Amino acid sequence: MSAAKQPVLEIAELSISLPKGADRALAVEGATLSLLPGQTLCVVGESGSGKSMIANAVMGLLPRPHVAPTGGRILFEGIDLLQLGEPQMRELRGRRIGMVFQEPMTALNPVMRIGEQIGEVFDAHGAVPAAEKRRRILAALADVGLPDPEQLIDAYPFRLSGGQRQRVMIACALVLEPALLIADEPTTALDVTTQAQILELVRDLQRRRGTAVLFITHDFGVVSEIADQVVVMQTGRVVESGPAARVLGAPRHPYTRKLIAAIPTGEAQPPTRTDDDTRVLQVQDLCKTYKSGGSLFRRGRSVQAAKNISFDLRSGETLGLVGESGSGKSSVGRCLVGLAPFDSGRILFQGRNLSQGEAFRRCAAGKIQMVFQDPYASLNPRHRIGAAIAGGPIAQGLDKSEAMARALELLKLVGLGPDAAQRYPHEFSGGQRQRIGIARALAMRPELLVADEPVSALDVSVQAQVLELFAEVREKFKLAMVFITHDLRVAAQMCDHIAVMQRGEVVEYGETHEVLRDPRHAYTRKLIDAVPKLSSPGEAMAVAA
Amino acid sequence: MKMNSPFWRRFARNKGAVAGMAVLLVVAAVAIFGPLMAANSPWDMVQQPFLRPWTEPGFALGTDTLGRDILAGVIHGARISLLIGVVSTVVALLIGVTLGAIAGYFGGWVDAALMRFTELFQAVPSFALAIVLVAIFQPSAGSIVTAIAVVSWPPVARLVRGEFLTLRQRDFVQAALLAGQSTPRIILTQILPNAMSPIIVMASLMVATAILLESSLSFLGLGDPNQMSWGYMVGSARTVLRQAWWMALFPGLAIVLTVLALNLVGEGLNDGLNTRLDGRGR
Repeated sequence: MSAAKQPVLEIAELSISLPKGADRALAVEGATLSLLPGQTLCVVGESGSGKSMIANAVMGLLPRPHVAPTGGRILFEGIDLLQLGEPQMRELRGRRIGMVFQEPMTALNPVMRIGEQIGEVFDAHGAVPAAEKRRRILAALADVGLPDPEQLIDAYPFRLSGGQRQRVMIACALVLEPALLIADEPTTALDVTTQAQILELVRDLQRRRGTAVLFITHDFGVVSEIADQVVVMQTGRVVESGPAARVLGAPRHPYTRKLIAAIPTGEAQPPTRTDDDTRVLQVQDLCKTYKSGGSLFRRGRSVQAAKNISFDLRSGETLGLVGESGSGKSSVGRCLVGLAPFDSGRILFQGRNLSQGEAFRRCAAGKIQMVFQDPYASLNPRHRIGAAIAGGPIAQGLDKSEAMARALELLKLVGLGPDAAQRYPHEFSGGQRQRIGIARALAMRPELLVADEPVSALDVSVQAQVLELFAEVREKFKLAMVFITHDLRVAAQMCDHIAVMQRGEVVEYGETHEVLRDPRHAYTRKLIDAVPKLSSPGEAMAVAA
Repeated sequence: MKMNSPFWRRFARNKGAVAGMAVLLVVAAVAIFGPLMAANSPWDMVQQPFLRPWTEPGFALGTDTLGRDILAGVIHGARISLLIGVVSTVVALLIGVTLGAIAGYFGGWVDAALMRFTELFQAVPSFALAIVLVAIFQPSAGSIVTAIAVVSWPPVARLVRGEFLTLRQRDFVQAALLAGQSTPRIILTQILPNAMSPIIVMASLMVATAILLESSLSFLGLGDPNQMSWGYMVGSARTVLRQAWWMALFPGLAIVLTVLALNLVGEGLNDGLNTRLDGRGR
């Protein structure tokens, strides 16, 4: 690779302003980066670091006038994009710069055929004869590895899975062979195995066409898989940049070191041996089927979310339920806490058989608690934090002042001050809300805690802190925990036992370190291989060379 | 409520809503204090009939066919119009919110049964039903309120049901269930406060519709015979519209202004209660 090559994209001292009243004046402050043809530049940072702002500034998609570039230059093939008017930008978009967004499920128009959506790109940039257009769309679909393009071109988006939709989006972005592809968290919403495929696709297309890729991500695992160059951002500033191997292998800035250290290592913990042999939870042959759309005359669709699930859990132990979306792991979790009825099987809590629905919850008397995935949806926006935590114990008949005292004590335990009790949820960050969610669950003095993807909505550094908190309270309260996650690295760090789920069935169950070291089922092996790993400096060097 | 709260900031950004609020405050003041200060009873014949406005001191808006003071009529009409508008809306909300909440929270066959019941009312033309109800029960303030409430609760029930259907799936409701909170407690303290914004906006518009309904009923002669109302005044002026325009114009204007003000306020409330609107739009 010759160093004399002209960079495709060169950003110099770019600053972007935020509207008044935002938490800082500039979304991006003096960012500088450059991207050579055929290379991949990863912009890494946590949410709110301004990384997506850079991508949107390049595309001219900033919500002006509230958010607008205030200084610097964005040179694309030598032209300053900030000086261009809207018509000229429109000419560049699609033809010279393509973009792929985060959410493939909403990026496609649901009432337009796949072929028409890709065809729009041609229509926007000059007329192409219909037959020629169709031929090129078919070629583009085949190029991104979609099966059966002839069928797909006339299909509607609902027939496609998330990964397939993202492939269509990539086909859309690349169909006019742009010089630059901007990908804004393109794999964040996808399962790990799908993510691995999409990353492979991007790499492959880049190799064949020499497209420069600006890749926005928060995941250092993804960075090490795909990046040639890395730019690390923190609160709008570029804190470190350089070749991927160097940044990942020998990070210079403390923030980069902190981010890399926060990545779950995926190394299994030795299982905790408890002398306590009381089984808190026994699940026997649990079955759960979802039926939908049925009526008197028509048979509905049924999906088996859990098929003969059985396991035991002792106090102080943690079981990891691992699987991709749709594997039924969340359904099992909801059955365990009594929020969803199950079809057959038994759930024994402290030796007592729990029945269904309301009776289940009355019987459990709040001793089974749940921590939810989305920290923004799990707290009532109209209730103060203190009342939200104390509400549960009060409902179980605890004295009001005693419940408030317990709430304050728990807030302290999860690392929040007593003044937090008087505030409303919207005043807290995602990580803080998740801590409040944990405090609320603990307020019931539970014996069993079911955590449904409790860290998947959080940034890595926050994720590490919340996982630590989980480990701490598990120790302190001798909790039995069922930890539902799609991330094997997290499961490895947290769990004594792992149950790998696929299509409602447990395909592999065993002690964590054994499952990870010696996976017996093909699906488990596939999951483990798909996890983006932070390659050691030597390997990364080899990739970069 | 604090005047510098985000709610008021967003509300005040909508100039129409502020104007509407001002008009509404004036109408409310007239409704409360006006009858005490009006010179004449709206029913007494105090001057010659067909007196034009601004011809005789003390009779700014003229007199009607029987020589009754129109200004006094408009002032007294404000009280009955607002009263019926507000009370019938409150009654409609009580019915609608209760049924909607139960249908949305419990779902299943409860939901199906309640919604079919709601559709029963929606299938009948609402004004016709109101006329029939008032005619059966004899026109009085009570029967008019009942009739208006009975025809206007179904949209509330549907709205509340929709809100409850989505809110009950939210994680904080699930957490409350796990904590063992009772069903009424979850409905009243967890879900209902989060569904309040659209209900309040709808209520302000319903008051406007109720005032129109009451006016229409009075226009047809189905108003409370003991109360002077705007609709009745317009109705009685109908036969002499070409000789005495002022008899229909002033009560008509009162109706238009009040209803318009309520609609503007409703829109402002929508902006004010919509927290996502902060920092953009308008």
